[in-house]
Order: sequence, then C-alpha cells, then structure tokens
Amino acid sequence: MRDAFALYIRYIAIATRAQLQYRAAFVLKVIGYLIATGVEFLGLWALFARFGSLDGWKLPEAALIYGVADVGFGLSDGLGRGLDRFSGLLKAGQFDRMLLRPRSTVLQLLGFDFRLLTIGRLLQGTAVLVWASRFVAWSPASIALLAESFACTCCLFIGIAVLQATSAFWTIESLEVWSAFTHGGNYASQYPMDIYARWFRAFFTALLPLALTSYTPACAILGRAPLDAWHALAPLAGPLFLAASLFIWRIGVRRHASTGS
Amino acid sequence: MNGYLAIVAARFRTLLQYRTAALAGLFTQLFFGFVRIAIFSAFYAASPSSQPMSLPEVVSYIWLGQATLLLVPWRIDEDVLQQIGDGSVVYELARPLDLYTVWFARSIAWRTAPVMLRMLPMFVIAMFVLPHDWALMPPSAAAFAAWLPCFAGAVLVSAALSSLMNVTLMWTLAGQGVPIIIGSLATVFGGLTIPLALFPAWSQPVLYAMPFAGMLDLPSRIFTGNLPPHDALYVIAHQLVWTLVLVAFGRWLLARGVRRIVVQGG
Repeated sequence: MRDAFALYIRYIAIATRAQLQYRAAFVLKVIGYLIATGVEFLGLWALFARFGSLDGWKLPEAALIYGVADVGFGLSDGLGRGLDRFSGLLKAGQFDRMLLRPRSTVLQLLGFDFRLLTIGRLLQGTAVLVWASRFVAWSPASIALLAESFACTCCLFIGIAVLQATSAFWTIESLEVWSAFTHGGNYASQYPMDIYARWFRAFFTALLPLALTSYTPACAILGRAPLDAWHALAPLAGPLFLAASLFIWRIGVRRHASTGS
Repeated sequence: MNGYLAIVAARFRTLLQYRTAALAGLFTQLFFGFVRIAIFSAFYAASPSSQPMSLPEVVSYIWLGQATLLLVPWRIDEDVLQQIGDGSVVYELARPLDLYTVWFARSIAWRTAPVMLRMLPMFVIAMFVLPHDWALMPPSAAAFAAWLPCFAGAVLVSAALSSLMNVTLMWTLAGQGVPIIIGSLATVFGGLTIPLALFPAWSQPVLYAMPFAGMLDLPSRIFTGNLPPHDALYVIAHQLVWTLVLVAFGRWLLARGVRRIVVQGG
C-alpha cells in the first residue's frame, strides 16, 4: 500500500515535470481553463444580478455551493484523466501491458495521465469560494467539513470515471453518455439541489450521491442546517461510491478479452 | 472551386458516420437541457417582474442551444492539430489549393454534419415528446422561414471562427491555449450558458456587437419569436459582416504564419 502510494507520487512528479517543459503553452492552457470555468460563474452571477435570488438563496450562498462542487470536481478532473482515456488504451491493446505489471491497474491508469492544467479550474473554484467565504461564519468544524467535502466529491467523480472506464470492457468505445454524469453532474451540483424536481434529487442522493458529497455539507457550512452527525457523515457516500465502482471494475477486468494483436 | 466543394462533401460524409456518438450525445444534451430548464424555472418562479424573455421562450431557447451545440467552436479540429504538430501541414501547402479555404471548407462540414445528426432527433423529442412546460414551442411558419437563413449564416460565422482557431495553432504549437480561450468566449457570449438578453442591460450593446451572438443567440431569438421575423435581415447582415471580418483576419494571420514556417528535413 505504501509502495503503491509512492509509485503514484512518482507518476505525478514525472507528469508534472513533463508538462512544465512547454512553459508558455502551459500558462496559456491554464489561462484558457481559468476563463472557460470562469465564464460559467459569470452566467450564475448574471442570473442573480437580474433575478435577485433563487428560491430563497442569495448569490454568496449559491457561490459557496458552486465553489464546493467545483473544487471537488476540479481535483478529480486532474487526477482521473487517465481513466477518461481508458477506451483508447483498450482498443490499442495497451491495457494488457498494465495487467502484466504487479501493481493495481486503477492506480496505473490514474498515473497514466495527470493533468496539471486543471489547476485552472481549481483556481477559479477557489477564488469563488474565497469570495463567498467572507459571508460565512467559519468554525474549525466547518473548515474540516469543507475539506472532507472536497475529498469526498473528488472520490465520487473518480468513481464515476472508473465506471465509465469499466463500461469500455463491454462497449470498447467509451460513450459520451458518461459526460452527462461527470460534467452534467458537476453542472447540476453547482446549484442548490432543492430547486430540482423530487425524482432528480432522488437520483442525485441515492444513485449518484452528489447531493450528499457537496450540497449537504455546504448547507451545514452556510448555517442553513445544523452541523450534526448526519451532515458530517453524509459526504462519506463519495468514498463508498468509489469502493463500489472499484468492485465493478474488478468484474470488468475478469471479463476482459484483449482486442489488441 | 470544385476541389473545395469535394472537401466539404467528403468531410460531411465522413462525419455523418458517427451516428452512435450522436445518439450518446443526444442523451447528454437532454440531461443538460433538463438541468438548465430546472434552474431557469426556479429563477423565474421567484421573480414576478417581467423579463426581456418569457420562461417558455427561454425553454425553447435552451433546447435550440442543446440541439445546435456543436455549432459553437469549443474544440479544435484534431486532424489540423496533428498536421501542424508533426509538420505535415507543409504537404497541404504543396497542394494547388489555398490552405485557408481548405480549412474553411473542412470547418463548414464540421459545423454542419454533427449538428444535423443531433438536431433532428432533438427537435422531435423536445417538440413532441416532452410535457408542455418543458417543451420546445413549435415556431410560427414565418419565424421558421426566417430562422433557416439565419442558421446558414450561423454556420458561416462558426466556420470562420473555427478556421481562425486553426491558424492560431501556428503560434502556440504544443498548446491549445488560444483555441480554448476562443471556445469558452464563444460558449458564454454565444448564449450557451444563459440567453444574452438576460445579461445586465448595460452589457447588451457590447454582447450583441460581438461575432458570437450570431451563432446561437440571434437565430434562436428569431425561432422563438422573441425577435420578429423581419429582424432576420439584421441578423444575417450581422453574420455576414462578421464572417468577412473573421475571414480577412484569419487569412492575414495565416499568411504571416506561413512566412515563418521552417521545414525540418531529415
């Protein structure tokens, strides 16, 4: 386990060095991502400027919810890109090489493509959070909850990416359907969940528990709900989801018949 | 001229092959459409004061955006990226065709084939299957007739922007930074994030002066009846002027880029 972690750190270190070689291109891409995600928030801001409030939520509150969801997603977007590219590896028969190595396949995939440039998204999400946090009464407990929420949301999105990769064992070609759950899930969780219809909330609570990993803790941080055991433990649905995905991944690997030559 | 038309036709046929991808994309775009409509419904429910667009107009606008999503150039043409990356773009220069026009022709195909594959099923679902509050309103005959040329104009603006994105690759070889920036500006100022009419009033003159408004926002407002059909003339003029400007700029930039190309032999 410690060995695996060290290996993963090495993967990331190598990828980081490689990406920093083209410095100007890297800076431009980070700025590009910063703008790409910044304009999403611009839309949110414009709607509040016009309508004043959203179902009782004010802009700073919505911004905090947005920031919590976006930082969690940004983390997973940087860490989990290798999973995104899995169908390509599978088609080329390269996955077989990974199977030969005496290390976890998921770990190798995570290390396969680490994108430093999602720092652009993280910077943007953090900036929104910092702005929104001036309106929040912080306590050590709520800061801990915030960190927990980041980690758990990231776990959940990596779990979705694992499921997406697993589906490629059956379909070979990775389908765009999954981006409804990754990017679509991120988009939906940037807004307070209680504005959605009941079935929609049920989906994001029971099946894809984004409401539990980012919205529920955000409510407690905002003081809209008590910071009790339920609000503190709800985000753990994220790691649970990841564990379940990894279990399904193993089923997929067992079923794997190589396509390469 | 025939050469360029052949490129459009060949690319068009190739791109029409990706039908499974279109089907998968349809699901994703429906999902995004639902989330977006839920968000706008909640905003409108809390605000009784009148807005420049009614909620049914916004709902239709959202579906039009989801249906013609791929008209907005937020990704670079991978083939061109590779050609510039590995230097094989010089083969393109050796051909008796003008490189800019080749890229423009490729972009025309790229901005139409995938859009059409997704647009028709999306229209059917959004217009006839979804319940009334969530549905795309069928346009009046006049609005639809006025929308068609606006859609064609939107393809021209989009192709001109796509070609410009290709040209910028000659400077930022390893990166797609500039295309990402152009793409995200096109997303928000094209009206994909929220309808441009809902941005603050003071920003409207600027938003509607930009080329992005002609890709999605203006045609959609004609379709939904938010703008009267005879305003289509203004929309088409807006699109044509911007197409000319973007093409002229792209050509000038490409000429400069080609002058500094160094071919590494070996």
